[in-house]
Amino acid sequence: MYSAPGQVPTGPRLITARFDVTDGYTYEGYVRTAGYGALRKALSLMTPQQVHDEVNAAEIQGRGGAGFIAGTKWGFLPRDVHPRYLVVNGDESEPGTYKDRLLMELDPHQLIEGIILASYAINAAHAFLYVRGEMALAQERLAQALNDAYAHNLVGRNICGSKFSVDITLTWGAGAYIVGEETGLIESLEGERGMPRLKPPFFPAVKGLYMQPTIVNNVETLSNLPAIINGGGSTFKGLGAPTSTGMRMFSVSGHVNRPGVFEVPNGVTTFRMLFEAPEYCGGVRNGGTVKAFIPGGVSAMWFFDEHLDVALDKPTVDKAGSMLGSGAIVAMDQTTDMVAACWRIVRFFARESCGKCTPCREGTTWLERVLHRILDGQGRPEDIDLLFEISESISPGLAWPPRQTTICPLGPSAVSPIASAVRRFRPEFEHYIEHGRPIDGVEAVLRPQGVHAHV
Amino acid sequence: MSRFNDANVALAKEIIARFPRPKSAMIPLLHLAQEQDGHVSNEAMRHIGELLGVTPADVYGTASFYEMFKFEPIGKYSINICTNISCHLVGSWNLLHHAEERLGIKAGGTTEDGMFTLEDVECIAACTEAPAVQVNYRYRYKVTPENFDQLIDDLRNDRVADEIPPFGTLSRVRQRTDDTWSNNGIEAQATIDEK
Repeated sequence: MYSAPGQVPTGPRLITARFDVTDGYTYEGYVRTAGYGALRKALSLMTPQQVHDEVNAAEIQGRGGAGFIAGTKWGFLPRDVHPRYLVVNGDESEPGTYKDRLLMELDPHQLIEGIILASYAINAAHAFLYVRGEMALAQERLAQALNDAYAHNLVGRNICGSKFSVDITLTWGAGAYIVGEETGLIESLEGERGMPRLKPPFFPAVKGLYMQPTIVNNVETLSNLPAIINGGGSTFKGLGAPTSTGMRMFSVSGHVNRPGVFEVPNGVTTFRMLFEAPEYCGGVRNGGTVKAFIPGGVSAMWFFDEHLDVALDKPTVDKAGSMLGSGAIVAMDQTTDMVAACWRIVRFFARESCGKCTPCREGTTWLERVLHRILDGQGRPEDIDLLFEISESISPGLAWPPRQTTICPLGPSAVSPIASAVRRFRPEFEHYIEHGRPIDGVEAVLRPQGVHAHV
Repeated sequence: MSRFNDANVALAKEIIARFPRPKSAMIPLLHLAQEQDGHVSNEAMRHIGELLGVTPADVYGTASFYEMFKFEPIGKYSINICTNISCHLVGSWNLLHHAEERLGIKAGGTTEDGMFTLEDVECIAACTEAPAVQVNYRYRYKVTPENFDQLIDDLRNDRVADEIPPFGTLSRVRQRTDDTWSNNGIEAQATIDEK
């Protein structure tokens, strides 16, 4: 359908343009390509409220997963309560997601400029940049970028000669998916196990880091701020759909010819365009077809061929029964063993459950064991009902948006692959249980290990 | 092994000073211990407790939650093969089995010569470059059984030592805290704590 170039909407590369600049990650490379212009503009010509107003006008939705409007989130901070903090969530770990790491490795100064702009807008004197532990190169590039920014008076005391001062503390995690959840991240930043807090009362904007008002923003969200301040909020808004503004990064992986990370006009590009257009993935591998795809990270409900022409627009995708989440799209072609794929995603949640809530801690582990038993050829006829029964105890009704018996959405996320794969491909699960092997025509996966017993 | 050496004590104090509350330096200090000794020893956890004003049990309580901390020595190179969905779909299990046979260990194990530890890990954010592998948290993209063998060969013969530091070392660049540090946030926090 999209076989020639030019058939899909395009837009400017707002935050990925420097990926092509060899030294775009260095201070010199950043400044040479107009870097820190937005910061100088804001500090010399704009009040914090005016910066906040531009971000409000941009209507940028948070790029971490929940898609909450960033300017609105900032507005939840109580007036005149200090200290208040900005926490930057660089703990990108949602399977399939691969954009924040690129932004941190290839354009660290853009993120730092965004952090200072946000700190200025919300009047925070201290920001924490929490990078995922496994991302050694990102940590290295950010440490160097921060040292250079401090040396040039772009962070720290009286930035660029203004009255505004803010410190950025670079810190990092040590391997825990749950720390991507904002209250889990705050716990980790306080030196604790990364277990999420109950909301209410612990809404970060009111009671966050050290029980002080705290804004937690995603790396991609903040990386857009220099462009929003430079070009104006309404220009940014005009780039996408009215309901999903600006440009947005999507990482498309799995069974496509050219997997990649693309910055596309938000809200108007469709899944089919990403899979088929020569500008993007150039079709499903081996000329095949999409059997199912994940539209927004493994926590999302799966989509199928009837959803290919859905636009990547938040309300549209929500209404279709899933979410854009962190912008991770995973394509599975007709040769995919759905039992194995479902098991692999559930094993992830079983491994990553923090253990705080019983339905998630026990339920995800049981789900994994039942699926693993089926893969081992030991499945029982009642196992499909059992999968649904366990799932119900974590997320009653298996509906979208999910209901939950847990503090955070991790448990209900583990139910998404069950609700998606078992409902849609039930005969494949039944065949596996009866014959101990996948249906004909799918690619067998070597029998993998079950969940590791780890603390 | 041991407590922090003098240089690392100085570094630890500098890291602690970047946070309004000392305990926030917990994870960075655990990484520092792992960088010094290749794993997090009991002695190091006691020392971290002293530096942060918490008990060793507090330190272990936090440390044991996080996958990256190892409490006994592991291989010189930790080879982490991602098997999460994007890699799963394009052959990571075949790669893992190949690695197990090549190294003569199962995932989770360490070779007898102490060179390699093999792990089957969750998504490492290189999904479009699947199957993805990290060696001491440095990436290798689109790894086939053939170039896996080449990688092992290079590691055994110290051909990539410049690029891949010993296990435990993450960033080789450290944030500096000098006189440009503002400290406004920390001072404001101190006022709150006094109330």
